[in-house]
Amino acid sequence: MNAQADVLVPRRSLSRILALEARCELLKMVRLPAYALPTLCFPLVFYLLFGVAMAKPSAQLDMARYLLATYGVFGVVGAALFGFGIGVAVERGQGWMLFKRATPMPPVAWMLGRLAACLVFGAVLVALLFLLGATAGKVALPAGTWLSLAGVLIVGMVPFGAFGLALGYLTGPNSAPAVVNLLYIPMAFASGLWIPLDYLPRVFQHIAPWLPTYHFGQLALGVVGMGRGEPVWQGIAALAAFTAVSLLLSWVGYRRDEGKTVG
Amino acid sequence: MKSERYEGRPRTAPPVVAQLRRATRRYGKVLALDGLDLSVRAGEVVAVLGPNGAGKTTAVHLLLGLIRAHAGEARLFGLDPRSFAARSRVGAMLQISKVPETLKVREHIDLISSYYPRPLSRDAALEAAGLGAVADRLFGQLSGGQRQRLLFALAVCGNPDVLFLDEPTVGLDVEARRGLWEHIRERARAGCTVFLTTHYLEEADALAHRVVLLAGGRILAEGTPGEIKARVRGRRIRCRTSLPLAEVAALPGVRAARFADGPGSEVELFADEAEATVRALLARDPGLADLEVRGADLEEAFLALTGVDVAEEVAA
Repeated sequence: MNAQADVLVPRRSLSRILALEARCELLKMVRLPAYALPTLCFPLVFYLLFGVAMAKPSAQLDMARYLLATYGVFGVVGAALFGFGIGVAVERGQGWMLFKRATPMPPVAWMLGRLAACLVFGAVLVALLFLLGATAGKVALPAGTWLSLAGVLIVGMVPFGAFGLALGYLTGPNSAPAVVNLLYIPMAFASGLWIPLDYLPRVFQHIAPWLPTYHFGQLALGVVGMGRGEPVWQGIAALAAFTAVSLLLSWVGYRRDEGKTVG
Repeated sequence: MKSERYEGRPRTAPPVVAQLRRATRRYGKVLALDGLDLSVRAGEVVAVLGPNGAGKTTAVHLLLGLIRAHAGEARLFGLDPRSFAARSRVGAMLQISKVPETLKVREHIDLISSYYPRPLSRDAALEAAGLGAVADRLFGQLSGGQRQRLLFALAVCGNPDVLFLDEPTVGLDVEARRGLWEHIRERARAGCTVFLTTHYLEEADALAHRVVLLAGGRILAEGTPGEIKARVRGRRIRCRTSLPLAEVAALPGVRAARFADGPGSEVELFADEAEATVRALLARDPGLADLEVRGADLEEAFLALTGVDVAEEVAA
């Protein structure tokens, strides 16, 4: 068969595979916006509603600024969980992942490609949210702070991408959306991402530190000077541990697939 | 068996490229493969033929390293099928319900071929599956035949030495089926080893050098398509008779007999020579009614080959 192989075919390279995977993921999002659009619009609409329209000008807390950080977290966590979790669960269910496992696909390039697509989507979401914050919300921040906040929000997607991957491997194509929503919405609420933690019943202040979204939220709030004053390393350590556990669960799920496939 | 034929002259025998050694695989309590031994040599086209649940897909998945054997082992090129060295030399067409629908044919091919160290060019892969005209179409816009050919293109785009095709033409109409056969033959002519599974004796006959009949996770028979066809040439006879089942089963030329729908219902039998059997039936039972004779389909042929049902039904 070698005789037919074209000499002009590019050599196998991990970076090229990564770029192609990311490109395919982004093309899927753009061509079928029905999946990505709600993930994009939900946090933006909520921000306009709670951060801009309902915020009282005289309130002690600058809601527009506070919620810019927390709805940013809420938005990118959703993008990571849905992009990874549901995408992977659906493709597993259709047998597409089984086919890909039969090829010499490097799992790391596949994972990083998917992650890159997720981060691009997150960056778009953050840009739109910032635009709303700066205009409708009249949030004024130094240029450096805008950039740091964007950086924290986008890098903070990584642990949740890993968690989404684990959910994609541990749930089925039909249960994935329900499981993701059941974890995502209550977790976001209890972490003070929708309404500041101080305004919630006291019990949430005990629950929140056990949630990864809380630590992500505190890191983002810290950038705009509205955190609860916890050391940065604490949030980073919590999220690093969360990432490690998520990757371990993904690995367990990936291995489980080998025994589960019915034929 | 072809592999046996080679044994006397090992110097000229092409190497074994895919092998199952006493492979056993269960799903819960169901035994999908029961100590299966199977070897495929370079350049061969082997068809594994069998009814649903025979273990065909399990055999393919084991050889591709997608599942683990509970006993025995699977080897590709003498290697672990999960190794990169093995995977980069095989292509697979699996039974997939859906492929991402919002990607174009050429985008799918570009991505999958990027995994392989020495892939075909995009144009060569499109041509190998006759998809040149629809390269810019989304998967979701393709016809059933074109979808199946895209899966074939994805199997061959890595320029593999061995091609695994799990029921490649299932659900296709006659024309689409023949079209895909031609593309499979082309690969085989180019030197690719092909391991395919199928329900259809006709498909095995059209493509394979060697046919392996599989049922209940074991090999029932193995040979050239001609040899296999000769063994399943039997006829199915159905009738309403007052004769006891044991007597019917003992008639000349009968391989197997059973009640079609439980005791007391019509009797179904499988015979090599329908004429002699029918003559004997009519002579013994003048009241015989609803006589029907037709060619046995594959599943019935299996029954005739194994005859397992006879003993069970007679004992009951």
